[in-house]
Amino acid sequence: MKRFIAFVRKEFYHIVRDRRTAAILFGMPILQLLLFGYAIRNEISEVRTGILDYSHDVVTEALSDKLFSSGTFRYAGSLASEKEIPAAFASGKMNEVVVFEPGFAGRLQKDGVAHMQIVTDGSDPNVSRTVTGYTESVVRDYLSEQRDGSVQFAGVEVVPVMMFNPSLKSVYLFVPGLMAMLLMLVSALMTSISITREKESGTMELLLVSSLRPAQIIVGKVVPYLLLSFINVVTVVALAFFVFGVPCRGSVALLFAESLLFIMTALSLGILISTITDSQQVAMMISLAGLLLPTVLLSGFIFPISSMPVPLQVISNIIPARWYLVIVRAVMLKGAGIAELWRETLVLLAMTLFFMAASVRKFSERLQ
Amino acid sequence: MKRRFTSMRASLAVVGHLLRKEFLQIFRNRGMLPIIFIMPFIQLVILSNAATFDVPQVRFHLQDFDRSALSDRLVKRFTSTGYFKMTGESFRQKSGIDALVAGKSEMVLVIPEDFEQEMMTGGHARIQLLIDAEDGFTAGVIRGYANEIVASFNRDLPELLPQLAGTQSVLPVIDIRSRGWYNPELIYTDYMVPGVLVVLVTLIGLFLSGMNVVREKEIGTIDQINVTPIRRWQFITGKLVPFWIIGLSELTVGLVIARLGFHVPMLGSYGVIYLVAAIYLLVVLGMGLLISTVTESQQQAMFIAWFFMVIFTLLSGLFTPIESMPHWAQNLTLFNPVRHFVDIMRRVMLKGAGIGDITTPLFMLAVQAIILLSFAVNRYRKVSV
Amino acid sequence: MGEQVIQTEKLTKRFGNFTAVDEISFSVSAGEIFGFLGANGAGKTTAMKMLTGLLAPTSGSATVAGFDVYRQTESIKRGIGYMSQRFSLYDDLTPRENIRFFGGIYGLGKREIAEKGERLLDSLDLTEAADTRLAALPLGWKQKLAFSVALLHEPKLVFLDEPTGGVDPLTRRRFWDMIYQTAASGVTVFVTTHYMDEAEYCDRVSIMVDGRIAALDTPEALKRNFDAADMNDVFIRLARPAKRGEA
Repeated sequence: MKRFIAFVRKEFYHIVRDRRTAAILFGMPILQLLLFGYAIRNEISEVRTGILDYSHDVVTEALSDKLFSSGTFRYAGSLASEKEIPAAFASGKMNEVVVFEPGFAGRLQKDGVAHMQIVTDGSDPNVSRTVTGYTESVVRDYLSEQRDGSVQFAGVEVVPVMMFNPSLKSVYLFVPGLMAMLLMLVSALMTSISITREKESGTMELLLVSSLRPAQIIVGKVVPYLLLSFINVVTVVALAFFVFGVPCRGSVALLFAESLLFIMTALSLGILISTITDSQQVAMMISLAGLLLPTVLLSGFIFPISSMPVPLQVISNIIPARWYLVIVRAVMLKGAGIAELWRETLVLLAMTLFFMAASVRKFSERLQ
Repeated sequence: MKRRFTSMRASLAVVGHLLRKEFLQIFRNRGMLPIIFIMPFIQLVILSNAATFDVPQVRFHLQDFDRSALSDRLVKRFTSTGYFKMTGESFRQKSGIDALVAGKSEMVLVIPEDFEQEMMTGGHARIQLLIDAEDGFTAGVIRGYANEIVASFNRDLPELLPQLAGTQSVLPVIDIRSRGWYNPELIYTDYMVPGVLVVLVTLIGLFLSGMNVVREKEIGTIDQINVTPIRRWQFITGKLVPFWIIGLSELTVGLVIARLGFHVPMLGSYGVIYLVAAIYLLVVLGMGLLISTVTESQQQAMFIAWFFMVIFTLLSGLFTPIESMPHWAQNLTLFNPVRHFVDIMRRVMLKGAGIGDITTPLFMLAVQAIILLSFAVNRYRKVSV
Repeated sequence: MGEQVIQTEKLTKRFGNFTAVDEISFSVSAGEIFGFLGANGAGKTTAMKMLTGLLAPTSGSATVAGFDVYRQTESIKRGIGYMSQRFSLYDDLTPRENIRFFGGIYGLGKREIAEKGERLLDSLDLTEAADTRLAALPLGWKQKLAFSVALLHEPKLVFLDEPTGGVDPLTRRRFWDMIYQTAASGVTVFVTTHYMDEAEYCDRVSIMVDGRIAALDTPEALKRNFDAADMNDVFIRLARPAKRGEA
């Protein structure tokens, strides 16, 4: 036992003594959280709008004014004809052009119908759709203001309530994903590399012939990363709360317990990878391409799983982070307890056991 | 003059020997080959499909306290569009929220008790939508869908409730047509594939070059190289060119997949893409080699490379629009090579931008390439520590 | 004794306030087999790195193959061969590919590489294994190959850093036969080792203790001066008062 503790201590020194790695290990979570909190948003805050007004009357000017006073739209210039639109888009000068037909106000008065067109730079469909929606709602508002007072009939009014995240902050969405990504990085990637490194340099054999048992060696390699990962979880949760006001509505103890479970899953994955290969490079590329990218892209971190094509939705089920994300979001934002989350917890537990069993099997195969 | 020419040829021959060795090593590494040549394309296919914000179908929970003919019609409106799918119904306020917490629904539609009554008498009634806003963006889209449906329901109200029709005066309407230029059907993969391709090429380039020199340090072969009269530029060139070629080949295969597999349009010229890629790869490889020369272990190098990769990708506008960022972050992205290449790829492929449209980002890339490469050559010392 | 191939004068290397090599002065003549001995951490490797141009000295002066170790490191590199204790050829390349690579970066022509390579493979009995990856060859063969590769560009002087670590006595004996042949053809051999029986094979031996040269003479003279039965005895007597070294 004493020897084992000495071994763990040595591993820990290895990590912390390398100052650059240590700085990144502890600095990265903070930096990334700040980036996500301050810089990375998927709400659209500024639309560069051009006006192509064939009418120039009271109504079109009032509409334009209303558009630009809303704060979202920034005036990016006037156009004289439709022919100028492609150039304005290609240069990136504008991403929306609003077109009013000739005699706009007159038609609205006389025929009751006037035509306008919203042309958007559709290369980003997402932005395009949202920008169109914003513009339409400004026009709707304008019309309803115009008929204010004279209205007898308003129809059904929708009162939306944004649950759990009333101001629609994207940082609420990103914090859990960030935790999953960091845990994968520190636990799976670092462990697999650290073990293959010993194999590559031949020190693994040295350890194997020592009186430490293989299980002790593996546990000894893993414990420091487990600690580090846990520190990262605590840092991210605390920062998210104090800096960005992301709440933890459920039980903090449950959140940390589930995080520990996920760390175990990631660690066992890291060990499994290191039993498959002897080369650091291969271990690294498998971890990167096989774990980290799917964790970022297939877990629902940034892109909602329900938006994906069905085959990918099926694949997302085998990504541990997907389940962890559901758990973290439910605990932090919705205040869910284990009663709602036992299924996801069981999935993670089963995955962990499976990875562990697989690596033990692989490991003993190699020894024979 | 003749002497200089022969010595130039001799030094190039040295570079040739280095290249030959690197290629032999790359193609002999069984573990790495599939990772270099197959993994990226699986990733391209999967990630491009996964990276979408489309909200195809919203699962909603119904709480219709009115249970009238009119409320029923409204609910039918929701389900018949195909955007909404009912996954539960209850009459207790709390069970609706429970459905959200358990993740069974994304929205609760609450129709109050006097819905039809109020509609008949006052011509106005409210319904409530409880939307799961964990993901603020999706929540916004859901609200948009619901508004659209209710708006169309309102337009048809005079027919549904003819008794109201008499009291209504004709209201002016502004008819809005919208059109998305370049991508009228708003196909998401058209937008994502060029960007994801950039990230994959960057990933392979940065990590292969970042691992390379430091690996020779770890194995000890670097000392053997350092006692030879090889020159620094020869060494760096020998390390750079193989990955440059691999990067360009990956790009080529990726473009073929984009064109034939995803039917991403190609409005611009391939010449422009390759010109930019050639410069861009120098930036990436320069950075990789720089990392490799200043680190002592592959683990360290990998970690630093990953760090930059994450920051670059997040600040590239690949997943979230640059316009959404605060101004200081937007300015920061100007130093991000990934941002420029993603931007150029999209503009050339989807908008047909020519070389004249992209001079500024291209210039930025060229400057970065020069700075990073000279740093890499400079930091590589033929000495051991 | 003819011209001096290595000449050092108070050559010193400090890392911070640790003096790894402390004012060593010696010279090596052409065609000599010069043994460079010392306990681990005595400063052997650092001294060797300065002489091969891998490390700039802190003070003192030295010339190697007639070139200055401060200003003419690249010319030194052209004139010397080097083989290190950490096996230094590429494991994932074949012997033939290794020869071609190192011949190539020393600037040998294609035909020259091909001819010398075949001769070399032939003399090492490696013709059959010429296209097998190095990783699959026994350590002794790899070492002989590494030595031959270090001589490929016909240097006047070759540095061998613990060339025979980890192989059996018979293989070591064969390796020393190669060293003798090389020295006989006029190449100076500068060799570090921690096998004391090998020290006996050298023309002259220097023993480093704590960064200084504690003794330098022929093996016979050393044994006589220290009244020792063999070199092992000499070494232990000199190294015992050492402050550094392994704990």
